[in-house]
Amino acid sequence: MHFDDLAHNWGPLTASGLAQGAIYALFALGYTLVYGVLRLINFAHSEVFMVGSYAALITWGFFGLDENSATPPTTEVIGYVVLGVLVAAAISGITALVVELVAYRPLRRHNAPPLAFLITAIGASLVISEAVGVATHRNQRGVPPLIQPADAFTIGNTHVTNLEILIILLTLVMMVGLDRFINRTRLGRGIRAVAQSPDTAALMGVNKDRVISLVFLIGGLMAGIAAVMYLFKIGTTRYDAGFSLGIAAFTAAVLGGIGNLRGAVVGGIIIGLFENYGSALFGSNYRNVVTFVVLIVILMFRPSGILGEALGRARA
Amino acid sequence: MTTVQTILRWRGPDGGVRGWFGRQPRLVRWTLLAAIAAGAYALPYVGEVPVIGPQIVTEGVDWRTALFNISYFVLLALGLNVVVGFAGLLDLGYVGFFAVGAYTVALLASPNSDFKTNWPWLATVPVAIVITMISGVLLGWPTLRLRGDYLAIVTLGFAEIIRIFAENTTLLRGDRGFSGIPHPPGKHADGTPIFGVRDAGPYYWLGVSLIIVIVLAIRNLDRSRVGRSWLAIREDEDAAAIMGVRTFKYKLWAFAIGACVGGLGGVMFAGQNGFMNSASFQIQFSVLILAGVVMGGSGNIAGAILGGALISYIPDRLRGVEIAGQDAFQYRFLMFGIAIILIMIFRPQGLIPSRRRAMELKDRAKEVAPQ
Repeated sequence: MHFDDLAHNWGPLTASGLAQGAIYALFALGYTLVYGVLRLINFAHSEVFMVGSYAALITWGFFGLDENSATPPTTEVIGYVVLGVLVAAAISGITALVVELVAYRPLRRHNAPPLAFLITAIGASLVISEAVGVATHRNQRGVPPLIQPADAFTIGNTHVTNLEILIILLTLVMMVGLDRFINRTRLGRGIRAVAQSPDTAALMGVNKDRVISLVFLIGGLMAGIAAVMYLFKIGTTRYDAGFSLGIAAFTAAVLGGIGNLRGAVVGGIIIGLFENYGSALFGSNYRNVVTFVVLIVILMFRPSGILGEALGRARA
Repeated sequence: MTTVQTILRWRGPDGGVRGWFGRQPRLVRWTLLAAIAAGAYALPYVGEVPVIGPQIVTEGVDWRTALFNISYFVLLALGLNVVVGFAGLLDLGYVGFFAVGAYTVALLASPNSDFKTNWPWLATVPVAIVITMISGVLLGWPTLRLRGDYLAIVTLGFAEIIRIFAENTTLLRGDRGFSGIPHPPGKHADGTPIFGVRDAGPYYWLGVSLIIVIVLAIRNLDRSRVGRSWLAIREDEDAAAIMGVRTFKYKLWAFAIGACVGGLGGVMFAGQNGFMNSASFQIQFSVLILAGVVMGGSGNIAGAILGGALISYIPDRLRGVEIAGQDAFQYRFLMFGIAIILIMIFRPQGLIPSRRRAMELKDRAKEVAPQ
């Protein structure tokens, strides 16, 4: 127990925890959206994220950038970052769509029991991560130094880096955009309708399959963006990078109330913060223990998450 | 309809092999089951069978070791089937109980342990069973009020916590692990131990015997008041509670029994390997067992056995095989993933579906509007 550490470094821990939490939040959105509509844990979502991180690295590789190259001039950096985010989001989105088409849609046609979906999800996750693992010889791959971490501003002993600001700002923009999309647009209304009652929505003329594809696509886009943020923050990726991060993100989604978009954000940030506080208190090896204990305690008092389940309404 | 046609019709409510089997007199049924069990005991010698034998035997892995692996995977699948298949509780952290069982043996029996008790393997078995059951109850007590996916993530967290403690505490020795864990007792006439290091055959036979005992116990449990309560809870927990089923108590029972079988798997694992460390208890392992249970046919004992055997056999069989000049070993999980997806698409109820569940699902399909 290192209470001094925690008290002394509270500021920096919070700043870095918020950034980490923002990544979890973006990642958790994919779980929560799919769950809200299909009542299904999309186990393959962690691999969608991992594929996004490789997509960005390969894109930068085209321009001759690898972990050993020098930092390019600022104007080019902006171009590279934007390009990386776009490509990662696109590839992740496409991967999520393919998973939906190959692994889930045939099962829906067969009217399969819910557990069957979980198992094909596990199968899809295995296929993607192993395919990437074989292709990359199970090595990790480093990130080109596009953004040199520098202190943007300082409050007391808290140095907030430009990277943390970038991550948090981008997440905020995506969240607000998504919230507007779900609550204000026609397509968003379709998503909410299917989440409430798939059959009634279908009777009212909502194209169910299209809505489901759309949900997977959005989740994939968010995961792709989260992947690039993760690359900048952590610096490497690997074929199995998605798995442990996916568990944390899924925990975040459950903590906030699965199926609830704002819940995913709240859950993500709580998990990010507690991971950092926990590692300061008990050592970094135990940070997941802290996460899960927090989860269990919160679920004991609020059995359907902090904000409750609601993409459309709470489950009966 | 001729007998041949009857046998060929695999599906159908009363037809097919299983319907035919159910209509036989008790003596015939037990004789057939005994023959199947005898076949299982004879599996180590399957390599001697001409033509078919060499196709079955694993090439890259010692066949008897592969069989032993199958036996403890089947044991775990049977235990998880009680939790997931019978009671309908989604448990993603089953490896946690496997770990508790294995670590209990290691702590009590290994010379590396801080306890310095150096018990023989056999003496640790009852202790390990009791401790895993207690761990099942301890996990279940606060969490079984949660439903569905909330329970899934909490059980997953439990297994992760156990793994993290195994990795980081000095008591559990992290990846240095425990070595010199004693093997099961028994000596041949010439004084060499039956359960040695080289030959995994005896461990496999021990595993099969355990499986038979567990299958009989679980089957009887499933047909008792407890089993009917599980069925009711699985189908509709609220309705079951209203009808007077004490849902919490029976869910806790399912957890404790599942945990105890999982712990037994861990005990076997530790007793055969003689060495274990924290790397043996990854989360992926629980996911694999769950895939086996559902793939085989959730809620069905024969299905769980088949599924558990397949998840161990397929990757082992692919080891050392060359396809188009490349070692299939590194593609084994890739192919395994594809196999899982295909099986679930073509047989969403599992390879050997539970008949009771199939009827329930048919019943439910009537309520749902056509898609």
